[in-house]
Amino acid sequence: MSVPLIELKDIYKIYIMGSEEVRANDGITLTIDRGEFVAIVGKSGSGKSTLMNIIGALDVPTSGSYLLSGEDVDQMDEDQLADIRNRMIGFIFQQYNLLPKSNLLENVELPLLYAKVPGEERRERAMKALERVGLEDKWKHFPRQLSGGQQQRVSIARALAGNPSLILADEPTGALDSRTSREVLDFLKELNQEGNTIVMITHDSSIAVEARRVVRIHDGKINFDGDVKAYESVL
Amino acid sequence: MRSFLTMLGIIIGVASVIILVSVVNAYMSYMTESFASMGTNLLTVSLTNLPSRSLSVDEMYGFFEDHTEEYDAMSPTVTVGGTVKHGSDSMSATGITGVSEDYLRIKSWELSDGRNIQYADIVGRQKVCVIGAYVASELYGSPERACGETIKVNGYAFKIVGVVEQQEDDMKDRGSDDFLWMPYSCAVKMARNADINNYSFTITSLIKASEYKTLLEDFLYEKYKNEDLYTVTAMSEMLDSLNSMIAMVSAGLGGIAGISLLVAGVGVMNIMLVSVTERTREIGIRKALGARRSVILQQFVIEAAVTSSIGGIIGILLGSIATSAVGAVAGLNAVPTPAAVVISFSVSVGIGLLFGYMPARRAAKLNPIDALRSE
Repeated sequence: MSVPLIELKDIYKIYIMGSEEVRANDGITLTIDRGEFVAIVGKSGSGKSTLMNIIGALDVPTSGSYLLSGEDVDQMDEDQLADIRNRMIGFIFQQYNLLPKSNLLENVELPLLYAKVPGEERRERAMKALERVGLEDKWKHFPRQLSGGQQQRVSIARALAGNPSLILADEPTGALDSRTSREVLDFLKELNQEGNTIVMITHDSSIAVEARRVVRIHDGKINFDGDVKAYESVL
Repeated sequence: MRSFLTMLGIIIGVASVIILVSVVNAYMSYMTESFASMGTNLLTVSLTNLPSRSLSVDEMYGFFEDHTEEYDAMSPTVTVGGTVKHGSDSMSATGITGVSEDYLRIKSWELSDGRNIQYADIVGRQKVCVIGAYVASELYGSPERACGETIKVNGYAFKIVGVVEQQEDDMKDRGSDDFLWMPYSCAVKMARNADINNYSFTITSLIKASEYKTLLEDFLYEKYKNEDLYTVTAMSEMLDSLNSMIAMVSAGLGGIAGISLLVAGVGVMNIMLVSVTERTREIGIRKALGARRSVILQQFVIEAAVTSSIGGIIGILLGSIATSAVGAVAGLNAVPTPAAVVISFSVSVGIGLLFGYMPARRAAKLNPIDALRSE
């Protein structure tokens, strides 16, 4: 563990809204090592989504440095960010965000397609990822033919297919009922036990405690960072 | 659905332009052809022969034989006034003309019975004649019966050797069927006029009509040294004015075709704009998964190209079929004009590409998060 996976130092993200200056991230310093399962928790407007965008290489900070696996991400241009997202990060979204007109296999293949993996290998890896979430029989189906829980599993398969260093889950249970939420959370835990690094963004502390480490954001600043036991005691 | 609408716009645009241009073109060439059948390749020469300066038939034939590349046929035309008679029936309005053996070809008419006037008839001043269908039926009842009969022209008996087939639709209409042709040598003698003042030429190429007309004028100027003593009239000059009219109509037509292409283009543009707005979420997903901007652009441009090309090809097919159908109904030989096909296809596909590209470029610039949040 020489280099941490994520190294954020003095991250500021400042938006100008008319004459007002909004500090969505107000000096965040955070280090996450490989193999961790971290929940980033905060109320809406706390700045956790902004932080997720920066961690996910979807946006660059106004100032501060961000090293992802030792690579300097904060100064990258759009195409370099796209490559980082493609190679290093698997996204799981609240709204699943599957392509409605593509079948499950094509959906899971998509990140591999952009990574220019050749056709045969692409199909094989996508199929393996579908197997991993137990949906290999339904590969010909379209997303709308599936339940919410199944769709979220497809999006997890898509996130896994590219073999990323980091799985970034944005409110992964936000659109699911409690039973399927449980399933998804157990699955994430399982993935973590296999060695995947998972960062989960949520507003719900009861979901956050499923992780092993909790980081709480308030007004753009970290106001708690510790393991789950410590977090439960401050609740 | 949306690709279908895009295609529909292009199909309608391409097909309507092809139909419009091709059918009007067919109509124009039909008009040109019917003018040509009226003798657009005809040059008529009229001379004023003075005792000091004149041109003989032999000199004119000499000129003609030196220029068979330019002129297809030549005939003197000698008008004889008078009446034609058979027994007690007489006709006074019949056009009596002395011509050469080429005259039938100049007119591009056919004989229905008998034979044409021959070179030997001219040389031998044979009293033979070819008559029109109206004369034949008025005096003899039918062309078959007229053939071989005798007809009197100003008292001289002529043998009818041939009858020209009927030119007018209605026999009661004398029009161009009321004529009698005799060897010009006979006509010269009959008119007591030693000089021949009128000639008809046909030219080998309509495009070079004015060039060949000038050639003939130059020859005549050499002989007469005075432009007032001869006139050469080209029927093709009528065609020229027809052609300029056609050019005008074509230009107007181009405008209309342009407008229909534009309308189709605006339709395609709208659909493309809406489609990209609808697909902003998809663009967000693709970007989040690591698609570079250029890859997304490429995808949209290829989609637009495929959709518009398929639409364009269907449009060409439909337009061609409709053109032939309209042509068949209107009795025109209508074939799709290549220029209309090429221009309408490239313009509509171009518009499809352009308006597939422009909004996609805007959407691809969006931050993936903003694109994902758009609903």
